[in-house]
Amino acid sequence: MPTTDQDILQKYSDQEYEFGFETHVEMEILPPGLNEETIRFISAKKEEPEWLLEWRLKGLEHFRRLSQDMPEWQNFKLPHIDFQAISYFAAPKKRKLKSLDEVDPEILATFEKLGIPLEEQKMLAGVAVDAIMDSVSVATTFQEKLKEKGIIFCSMGEAVKHYPDLVKKYLGTVVPYSDNVFAALNAAVFSDGSFCYVPKGVRCPMELSTYFRINASNTGQFERTLIIADEGAYVSYLEGCTAPKRDENQLHAAVVELIALDHAEIKYSTVQNWFPGDKNGNGGVFNFVTKRGICKGPHSKISWTQVETGSAITWKYPSVILQGDYSVGEFYSVAMTRNHQIADTGTKMIHLGKHTRSRIISKGISAGYSQNSYRGQVRVGPRADFARNFTQCDSLLLGDKCGAHTFPYIDCQNPTAILEHEATTSKIAEDQIFYLNQRGLDTEKAVALIVNGYAREVLNNLPMEFAVEAQKLLAISLDGSVG
Amino acid sequence: MLQIKNLQASVNGEPILKGVDLEVKAGEIHAIMGPNGSGKSTLASVLAGNELYEVTGGEVWFEGKNLLEMPPEIRAREGLFMAFQYPVEIPGVSNINFLKTALTEIRAHRGLPPLSAREFMQRLKEKQELVEFNASLVNRSLNEGFSGGEKKRNEILQLAMLEPRLAILDETDSGLDIDALRIVANGVNKLRSKDNAFIIITHYQRLLQYIIPDFVHVLYDGRIIKSGTKELAYELEEKGYDWIKESVQASLS
Repeated sequence: MPTTDQDILQKYSDQEYEFGFETHVEMEILPPGLNEETIRFISAKKEEPEWLLEWRLKGLEHFRRLSQDMPEWQNFKLPHIDFQAISYFAAPKKRKLKSLDEVDPEILATFEKLGIPLEEQKMLAGVAVDAIMDSVSVATTFQEKLKEKGIIFCSMGEAVKHYPDLVKKYLGTVVPYSDNVFAALNAAVFSDGSFCYVPKGVRCPMELSTYFRINASNTGQFERTLIIADEGAYVSYLEGCTAPKRDENQLHAAVVELIALDHAEIKYSTVQNWFPGDKNGNGGVFNFVTKRGICKGPHSKISWTQVETGSAITWKYPSVILQGDYSVGEFYSVAMTRNHQIADTGTKMIHLGKHTRSRIISKGISAGYSQNSYRGQVRVGPRADFARNFTQCDSLLLGDKCGAHTFPYIDCQNPTAILEHEATTSKIAEDQIFYLNQRGLDTEKAVALIVNGYAREVLNNLPMEFAVEAQKLLAISLDGSVG
Repeated sequence: MLQIKNLQASVNGEPILKGVDLEVKAGEIHAIMGPNGSGKSTLASVLAGNELYEVTGGEVWFEGKNLLEMPPEIRAREGLFMAFQYPVEIPGVSNINFLKTALTEIRAHRGLPPLSAREFMQRLKEKQELVEFNASLVNRSLNEGFSGGEKKRNEILQLAMLEPRLAILDETDSGLDIDALRIVANGVNKLRSKDNAFIIITHYQRLLQYIIPDFVHVLYDGRIIKSGTKELAYELEEKGYDWIKESVQASLS
């Protein structure tokens, strides 16, 4: 409908215009620093109810306690982060570039390889765009479809306003504000994020993606996501973007909570490609994320799939608490590091219910001077009769200056449990490359093909479109890693 | 099509090829025979561009171009194909995806657009039938868990799909039972034409009962010491390689 399109166009161009007023923006920025006043300011600005302010303040309290003693168990030295130097509300919007000519040519080349449409390239690179017609109209149609089914899918801010009872009931129940220092920080200052509720017996008819909420694209730093699948519901959620996204914020501390009730299923897929820093390891995002789901009801299922190629440091353990009897937890991961990147990632499977099952497939790929660690925990509680876990943890090394590490923890308190762990470390063989060379593939393509084959078991778990993009992403990330 | 002049090559500093001369024209099938360690597989690897082998002298011209200056993938795209003695396994990479990728690269080199999925599948089906390749194998990972015979037959399927000008079969007959041998040979016979050529490297004369070569060469101690027609292969089978060795030594002394 032309009128609607016109409205959307108008709306978006107005918004851009609005942000263009520098004075206006200035007023919305809080000076750097973290204290009670900061929290009160954020909460007031967002017109939040009293209980949420209280909740945030408790988060701050725990953050203060936990930050006295920063974690040291990880397989890298945590860089010093000056939490008082960060501005916690409406981080200054970057100056909009006038055209793609001002964008780093290396990034443009990557866009080109990924086949990203021009308008989207502009958006990702932070170039001013009037409106992205296709995405906007698609988003609108999708919203209507979801409404019909009674599915709530909106920003966290909107959810707090319109569905306060649901938010209050579930927020912080899986990742409490006392969980760890970054989760506490997130609780205190979370900016926005996604909220999704799928009602009883409803199967969400499409893959939900943050991509459809363009206006939320600047809330990345302290994002908070809450997804609830009520009894018998199903939802598949995609997070992230394969295109490299420049970001001025160095620290990212997101929290994701998933709740699956009786016979419900949640599938959560991530492609993470934040700025990894330059070839010498300068700059780049610290990605300290807490993701956890709970299979609350019997026969519920939560499945995490992640492709991690970005960030200077990734610290991330998407986990599942298997509380309901016969519930299932899955974790499929490809983590690829190069140059001086660091990844310390894995999962926790906490078996509490009877006949609970979990499956962990982790594929690490390390190149350059990078360090890639798998850290996993499988815990079987005393009540979890006949719990089962299968863990497969593979590492692929490209070159001889990178590292692959595995830290699997097993804690079993029930004699009826069956736990399996398999691990391999391998290199790409010269004769594999030569074989592919002899069939017309250059070495770079050959390695990309081998790596994609290696990661296939995980990539197969991604939704179709995402999987194709992720394959390309792996190939591109390998560029220059083969010498 | 192919001219090899005084080709010399070594592995880890040890000379293996000590001056090989060979000319192959379009439409011809050449068999290269010889005892173990005579340099047969080295010759194949050097022609394909395996960097483990160092070329220390001589020249090789392929379709008028200097073959030795090309990296292995360019040799492949120019139309040189090697059927490996020990095809490698590449886990997780589907046979179909691999074939499509290879074909696309080779076609691009020749200025041809990629085949559409439909055209590709049509061609794959035809070639599979031509070389009697089990259809279920193309959906599996490249050579992963294939039997020795299946791997060799997969090499012939690739040969059929990629349509090279010159194919080098490196001991393709080794480890094949009689049925597989016949299937492989039939495949080659159906693929031969006046425009392409084959170099068949083999230890035994067995394969040459099915694929009739135009020329037979005996490689010994890094040199071709005797050339002839298919009768030479029968003679070798009958008298063994010692007969040749002796006659060479006799002529030297």
